[in-house]
Amino acid sequence: MTHQPVLSFTERGIYCGAGDFYIDPWRPVDRALITHGHADHARPGHGRYLATHTALPIMKHRLGNIDVQGTAYGEVTQIGDALVSFHPAGHVPGSAQIKVAVDGEVWVASGDYKIEDDGLSEAFEPQQCHHFITESTFGLPIFRWKPQKQVADELNTWWRTCAEAGKTAFLGAYSLGKAQRLLRMLEGEIGPILTHGAIEGSNKVMRQQGIELPDTALLTKDTDPKQHRRALVLAPPSALGSTWAKRFGPAESAFASGWMQLRGIRRRRAGDRGFVISDHADWPGLLSTIKETGAENIYVTHGYTDIFARYLGENGWNAKVVPTEFGSDDDEAETAAAS
Amino acid sequence: MKNFAHLFSAIDQSTKTTVKTAALAAYFKTAPEPDRIWTIALFSGRRPKRAVTTTRLREWAAEEAGIPLWLFEESYPIVGDLAETIALVLPETETSGDESLSDWIIGLRALAKLEEPQRKAYVLDAWQRLGGTERFVFNKLITGGFRVGISQKLMTRALAQATGKPEAELAHRLMGDWQPDEVTWNGLIEADDPAADASRPYPFYLAYALEGSPNALGDPTDWRAEWKWDGIRGQLILREGAYFVWSRGEELMTDRFPELARAMDFLPMGTVLDGELLVWQRDEDLPASFNALQKRIGRKTVPKKLLTDAPVVLHAYDLLEWQGEDLRDKPFAERRHLLEKACANLPAEAPVKLSPQLDFATWEALTGQRAEARAAHAEGIMLKRADSPYRVGRKKGDWWKWKLDPLTIDAVMIYAQAGHGRRANLFTDFTFAVWNGNDLVPFTKAYSGLTDAEFREITAWVRKNTQQRFGPVRQVTPHHVFEIAFEGIQSSPRHKSGVALRFPRMSRWRQDKPLQEANTLDDLKEMLRLYG
Repeated sequence: MTHQPVLSFTERGIYCGAGDFYIDPWRPVDRALITHGHADHARPGHGRYLATHTALPIMKHRLGNIDVQGTAYGEVTQIGDALVSFHPAGHVPGSAQIKVAVDGEVWVASGDYKIEDDGLSEAFEPQQCHHFITESTFGLPIFRWKPQKQVADELNTWWRTCAEAGKTAFLGAYSLGKAQRLLRMLEGEIGPILTHGAIEGSNKVMRQQGIELPDTALLTKDTDPKQHRRALVLAPPSALGSTWAKRFGPAESAFASGWMQLRGIRRRRAGDRGFVISDHADWPGLLSTIKETGAENIYVTHGYTDIFARYLGENGWNAKVVPTEFGSDDDEAETAAAS
Repeated sequence: MKNFAHLFSAIDQSTKTTVKTAALAAYFKTAPEPDRIWTIALFSGRRPKRAVTTTRLREWAAEEAGIPLWLFEESYPIVGDLAETIALVLPETETSGDESLSDWIIGLRALAKLEEPQRKAYVLDAWQRLGGTERFVFNKLITGGFRVGISQKLMTRALAQATGKPEAELAHRLMGDWQPDEVTWNGLIEADDPAADASRPYPFYLAYALEGSPNALGDPTDWRAEWKWDGIRGQLILREGAYFVWSRGEELMTDRFPELARAMDFLPMGTVLDGELLVWQRDEDLPASFNALQKRIGRKTVPKKLLTDAPVVLHAYDLLEWQGEDLRDKPFAERRHLLEKACANLPAEAPVKLSPQLDFATWEALTGQRAEARAAHAEGIMLKRADSPYRVGRKKGDWWKWKLDPLTIDAVMIYAQAGHGRRANLFTDFTFAVWNGNDLVPFTKAYSGLTDAEFREITAWVRKNTQQRFGPVRQVTPHHVFEIAFEGIQSSPRHKSGVALRFPRMSRWRQDKPLQEANTLDDLKEMLRLYG
C-alpha cells in the first residue's frame, strides 16, 4: 500500500483522504472542517460543517441556514480513520487550529493565528505535530507587534485628545474580531462609542453568546452628532470618509491594522493615524510557534510565502509553499487587494 | 533629537497642511537655535553629505537584526524606504538619546574623516540607543532625501507664522548657498534685509485648460493668442541694480540662470516680466526639447559648458511692472503694447525675447494654426482676453491654455516594479514595449494615469503572472495593452528603442485590445520622423 499523506493540497482545499473531509475548502464539498468564521475560511455551499462551539453563532449569522455541528476545544472526534481535534488559534473568538492524526502521524492546519492573548479570543495553544500548515500574512522581519496594552494606551490617548479638541474620532477596523477586540481596549469613560451596522451585527451575535462587550450605540442616518459629543465611531475602513461621516463636523480618522506598521501604507490608507494591531502572528510569533510545534515539515499557505519558506528552508526546516485561496478578510485585505 | 522626532511624527500623522504648518511653526518658536537652522536646511534640500554608503548600512542592519542580507533586500521593496526598513528590522529599544538634532548631524559629518570600523561603531551605537521614530529619523539623516510632505513653500509659511515676517521675504532669505553651521538664526531670518523688498515677485496668474472648441469664448477679436511653450514659467525681476528669477512655485531660481543677468544690459530697472524659460537653439531659432531644460533645472550651480550648450532665454509674454509701476490692473492689450515697445530693440544675444502673438480672424483659422504647434516646438496655444487685468492664482475666464492632444501609442506591459513611499507594496511603475517582428522592444516607463482601483487590480495580476524576478523588478507575461500618451518624442541613443518620450503616462488600459494589435517599433519611428 502506498503511503498517502494525511493532508493533501487539492483544487478544492486542504483534503484528508483518511477521513474524506476538507479543511476550510474554497469550493463546495460534502464535509468541511472550519478553522474560523472569516469569509475566506468559512465559505457557503458545503454539505456539512464542523467548527468550535464558539465559532458557530457567527458562522450561522454569516452563512445562514447551514448543516453545522459544534465541537469543544480539545475534544477528539473520529472521522473515518482520522482523529480530529480543534485547538485555540487566538485569531478571533472561536478560531481553531485543526489537528488531524492518522496512524500516529500528526498534522496541524493552523488557519490564521496570533500568539498574544487579546483577552477576547481563546488564547493560542501551540500543538506538537509532524507537519504544520502555517499562514505568513506578516512573514517578514519588518513586522513585530507591540504589546496590546501599549497600543491601547496610544489609542485611548488619541481618542481623548480628539474629544478634548471637540473632534469626533473615526476608527476603521474590520467588523469581525478586530472591531470587538478594539472595543474591549477602549476606555469607556472618555466618551460614547458609536458603531456602524456591519460591526454592530457581529457585536450582537457575540453578546448573545455571552461575550462581554462595552455599550455601543448603532449609528444610523438619524443619529444626531450633537447628542454624541466626544464620540468614537467604529466603522469598517470602507465607510470612513463617506458622506455620513461628514455630518459629524470636525473629525480625525484612524485605521487599526497590522499594515499600519508600514509608513507608506499608513499614508495611503489611514487618514490621520494608524494603529498597529493585528490578529495575525508577527515574525517572532511565527518563528516561535513553528519551533514549538516540533514539526519538521512546514507548509506555508498565504502571505509572503516564497520569502518565508526560503528562510525556513535555510534554517533547517523542510518548507514548501502551498497555493491556497485564503487571504481576503480582515488584516489580509492589503494583500488580498493585491493577490 | 526627541523634539525633532516629535515634530516629525506630528507632521507625518496628519494629512492636513494647516496642521503640519502649525506643528512646524511651534517647533521654530521653541527648538534650540542650531536645531532650527538645521531643520530649515533639511527641509530645503541641504542635507549633510552621506557619510556611509547604503550598501554598508544594509549589511550592518541585517547583521544587527540577525537576518540574512537577502531577507533584508526582500523586505526593502515591500517597505519602500531604506531608512524605515532598517528601523523596523533592528531589535526594539525603548531608550532615546539625549543628543540634539544638530549633535547628531555634527557627529555624522565627522564620520567622513573616520575609518570604517569607527563609522560602524558610531552607527551601531546610535541604532542601539535610539528607539522608534528617533531611529527612523537618524536613518533618514544618513540616507538623505528628507521627503516628508514638507515643501519649501510650506516651511516658509511656517517660518512666517513663527516670526511674523512675510513669506516672500523669507523665501528670499533662504535662497542661495548658505551653510547651516556658518549662519545664525538672526543673520538668516531676523536681521533687516533691504534686498528682500526688491526681489519680491507678483503672484502668478494661472490659466485653465480649454476643453473642446474656443467657439464658446465669443468674438475672436476680443482675444489674443500666442504659443503655449513647453518650458518653465518664470518671472524676471529687475530692480535696484539686481535681477531675480522666480518660478511659478514661488521658488527663487536666480542662481540657476546666471545668463539672465545680461537682461540688465538691455532693459531698465523697475521692470518685471512674466514669461517662459526655454533652452534656445539660436541657429534654428526654435526652443530645444524639455529634456535640454531639465539638465538646467536640477543644478544649483551651472558649469560653463552647460551654459554654452543649453543657453536659457526668457520668452516674455506679459509686462507686470514698468518703470517701477505695477501694471497689473491695466488691460492685457495695453500691457502687451508696452511689452512690445520694451522688447523692440533687443539684440539677438539678449537673454529675453518677445513671445510672438498669432494673427487670426476666426476660430477656424486659429484651429488651423494650433495644428502647426508642434512645428514651432510649442505644445498648444494660449488664449488671453484683450481687456483682462493680470489676476492672482488660477481664475477661470480670462486665460485659457488650449493644448494639443497628446500623442498616443498602444504598448505592451513587460516589467513591473512596486512604488515607493505612499505607493509601496503596490505595483505602479511599469515598462512598456512595442513589437519588432516577434520581439517586444522596451521603449518607455510610465507611473501614472491609472486609478487606485486599477493599480490594485494590476498589482493582483502582476503577482499571479510574474515570470522572473530581477531584484525588485518583475518580468510579467506579455498580456496587457495600455495606451501610452505623451507630449513629445526625441531620438535617444541611450535607449534600446532609439527614442525617448516626454511625459509618458498611461491614458487607457486597453483591455479590449489583443496583445498582437499593440503598435510596432516602425510605428514609433514614424512618429519620431513626424514629430521628433
